[in-house]
Amino acid sequence: MRMSRYIFVGILLGFTLYKTEAVSWFRIFEMFHFQSFHMYGIIGTAVVAGILIVQFIRRYHLKSVEGKEIVIPPKNKTYPRYIIGGFIFGLGWALAGICPAPMFILLGSGYTVLILFLASAMAGTYFYGVIRKRLPH
Amino acid sequence: MVPDWLVQLRDFISQPWPWWVGGLMIALIMFLLLWFGKNFGMSENFRVMCAADGADEMNEFFKINWRDQEWNLLVALGAVFGGYMASHYFAAPDGTVAHVSAATVESLRSLGLQFEGDRVPLVPEWYSWTALFNWRGLLMVIGGGFLVGFGARYAGGCTSGHAISGLSALEAPSLVSVIGFFLGGMTMTYFIFPLIFK
Repeated sequence: MRMSRYIFVGILLGFTLYKTEAVSWFRIFEMFHFQSFHMYGIIGTAVVAGILIVQFIRRYHLKSVEGKEIVIPPKNKTYPRYIIGGFIFGLGWALAGICPAPMFILLGSGYTVLILFLASAMAGTYFYGVIRKRLPH
Repeated sequence: MVPDWLVQLRDFISQPWPWWVGGLMIALIMFLLLWFGKNFGMSENFRVMCAADGADEMNEFFKINWRDQEWNLLVALGAVFGGYMASHYFAAPDGTVAHVSAATVESLRSLGLQFEGDRVPLVPEWYSWTALFNWRGLLMVIGGGFLVGFGARYAGGCTSGHAISGLSALEAPSLVSVIGFFLGGMTMTYFIFPLIFK
């Protein structure tokens, strides 16, 4: 089963964010108050290790399991969408205390009410798709 | 009988994980997905789910071949399993508690959120069906979800897509997005929470 590897990666992600308490509303509250190094430590370590990994991949032209060149698609270099969209995302992140990955993890840990968060996030995504052409990007 | 070493392994995994283990694991997850020829980005799933539910026939933004994105739905499904396993079989003795700083407990008290000593729950009480009868619970689950879904697609990514994948690739747009995340998050935390909780 080639697809089972993605389930494995997801399980790894679930354990990581649950066991480091990154799924906690209170940890996100603490982060936005700059009252602990914990969340910055998690994100900082991930980014430093991630930069090294990406540099390694680019320098040695590492191939994927399927033998293809690993490409990291570049982002469009326009800025309004990133600052405005990011701001709106940040409002929701702090309010709900969850971003997309923790939502799936908490759903699995038994907080079934988050199915409504998922439905609402899909509605938000759909709303973006509808009004996208009228928004500055 | 379960062998001793397996019990010890279970107990080892069950401890709260330090931040650096979390960071290294997230980097490993990003690497695995790149190595599999994919990219780490969880909020893309919302778009894929919209497309799979029929939005692809209603709006061209959702005209994507969602079957090519099935792998990402499987990562999300794995995260659901992982959350179930970590909370049910690998819970620490006090796994229901978030170990926040004393200053955070003070800040929570000033908003009127009271806790026994400093035992702040890992998962707040408003993640429940009954909390939906309260406007705060409704706002947090439904309002929060809408803002997260809308904002993530507008910005073209969430914490995984921008803060982890984007910053790792030294993308300036991702840095701008992360600054946006924090401006939004701080606006909510400092200016809107006092209105919600008081």
